[in-house]
Amino acid sequence: MNDIRRAILVVDNLVAGYEPGLPIVNGASLSLGAAEIVVILGPNGAGKSTLIKAVAGLIPIAGGKVILAGKDITRLPAHQIARNGLAFTPQTENVFAGMTVDDNLRLASGILAVSQRRARIEEMYALFPDLARQRRLLAGRLSGGQRQMLAIGRALLVGPSVLALDEPSAGLSPRLVDVVFSRLNDIRASGVAIVLVEQNARAALAIADRAYIMSEGRIAHEGAAPGLATDPAVAALYLGGLKAGTPRGAAS
Amino acid sequence: MTLQFVADGLIAGALIGLGAIGVTLTYSILRFANFAHGEFISFGAYATLLLAGAIGAIFAGSTQSIGSLSIGWAVVAAGLIAMALTGLLALALDFLVFRRLREKGAAITTVMASFGASMALRALLEFMFTSRPTYFSRDLQIAMPIGLGIRVTPDQMALLGVTAALLIAVHLLLTRTQTGRAMRAVSENPSLARVAGIDVDRVVRTTWLLGGSLACAAGVMLGLLVQIRPYMGFDLLLPLFAAAILGGIGSVPGAVAGALIVGVSEAAAVQMVGAEWRAAVAFLLLSGILLIKPTGLFGKSE
Repeated sequence: MNDIRRAILVVDNLVAGYEPGLPIVNGASLSLGAAEIVVILGPNGAGKSTLIKAVAGLIPIAGGKVILAGKDITRLPAHQIARNGLAFTPQTENVFAGMTVDDNLRLASGILAVSQRRARIEEMYALFPDLARQRRLLAGRLSGGQRQMLAIGRALLVGPSVLALDEPSAGLSPRLVDVVFSRLNDIRASGVAIVLVEQNARAALAIADRAYIMSEGRIAHEGAAPGLATDPAVAALYLGGLKAGTPRGAAS
Repeated sequence: MTLQFVADGLIAGALIGLGAIGVTLTYSILRFANFAHGEFISFGAYATLLLAGAIGAIFAGSTQSIGSLSIGWAVVAAGLIAMALTGLLALALDFLVFRRLREKGAAITTVMASFGASMALRALLEFMFTSRPTYFSRDLQIAMPIGLGIRVTPDQMALLGVTAALLIAVHLLLTRTQTGRAMRAVSENPSLARVAGIDVDRVVRTTWLLGGSLACAAGVMLGLLVQIRPYMGFDLLLPLFAAAILGGIGSVPGAVAGALIVGVSEAAAVQMVGAEWRAAVAFLLLSGILLIKPTGLFGKSE
């Protein structure tokens, strides 16, 4: 319980899915400490993306609770969750391709007081100088890495306490993955807690403090990131889940 | 052969454009084709007619013609109030019918429901006002030559000016304001808009208010230029959809460009082929664009 009081985000026994009665996330619990980086790993279909989307308010929650900074946000609509300080960037289509870079940021700045908006946008340009040079360009014409920076910049603009990312490394070259992940480290250093879903376990475990491993809608394993990277049980789970012949005990 | 059809077509196109903006916004933001949009046009015209009568009765002199126009201030004031009322009618219809169906995710049912709403509203207007045409004014207007063999009436000139102002206002709203950015965002990617803090319900309400009030403006214009009857909006439905699809669904400048093309083509057909072919033009344009370039002139492929 002490753990829960310290945590900025607590997900408790969450049940969620697209169709009523067909939960994809089935009783998942996790917590995220202030200024911590936590990664959720797991095989395809384990429910990682569904979990993070449900937390962001994009997928109906059938049971359980989501607590953000002590406030129950379980039933809030997505835009209210964003206004309460949980910023989410989806895996695909994470920028408004038909709008300019500047309009993408201006749109997100709508949550802030009018007097703060421009200053905050300029802060994001200072943080991501690549974007500042392309502010009049349609976001759809940015390169993959710049797109991801815009998506993260859009999320950070409103000063969230939690940044939730769905596969930030998807579609990026290994070099760009390193750039994006080192940025996430800087963002954490500025006091923002980060929870990310990743397929790229190597890169994610390198920056994460702790990791959760999901399987079949539940958290199957949890631990400090450095240890997990070399844990054979994790490899078994991560590389395609519990196959026939893998002793079940190995997972837990 | 004169160039009169260009002037006639531009005026008709401006009117169609006002209606087509609502169609294209509803389609791109609420994701359904609203067949009741034509009735917003008719409702707006009748609401203006009633209000103008009331204003004329209360403020003597408000029915006095403005300059060489056929109408007085009563119609102008009534039109502005009716624009708000038509926006509210659209909101009410969404609250009572469309929102419930949208929540169930039943897109085709929503389109069918809009057919039903269209019929019900049209029947109601016919019941209240009979199907006999009526007019804002019975003043005769003298068309003035403006060169190149083209003649226009003072009403037509004024309406072109008002429409241009409305179109510029809508364009500025969509491109320069936070409301407009939110509308474009929801139309492009509703779930990303939500996580970016946009209240989608609020955007939906704005869309209905805007679409409804522009439809009313089109209704007043049509009432002034032709006549007011319960089927006036319904008969305009095909040109509205042709314009919206021609321009690329979801694109407001596209809807206006599409409307001008439909308007001028119709007027050209009247002059060159015969008035009985007028209605076929929108249908031909619509079929043609769907066959050749379904995303329209300004549309983006999904």
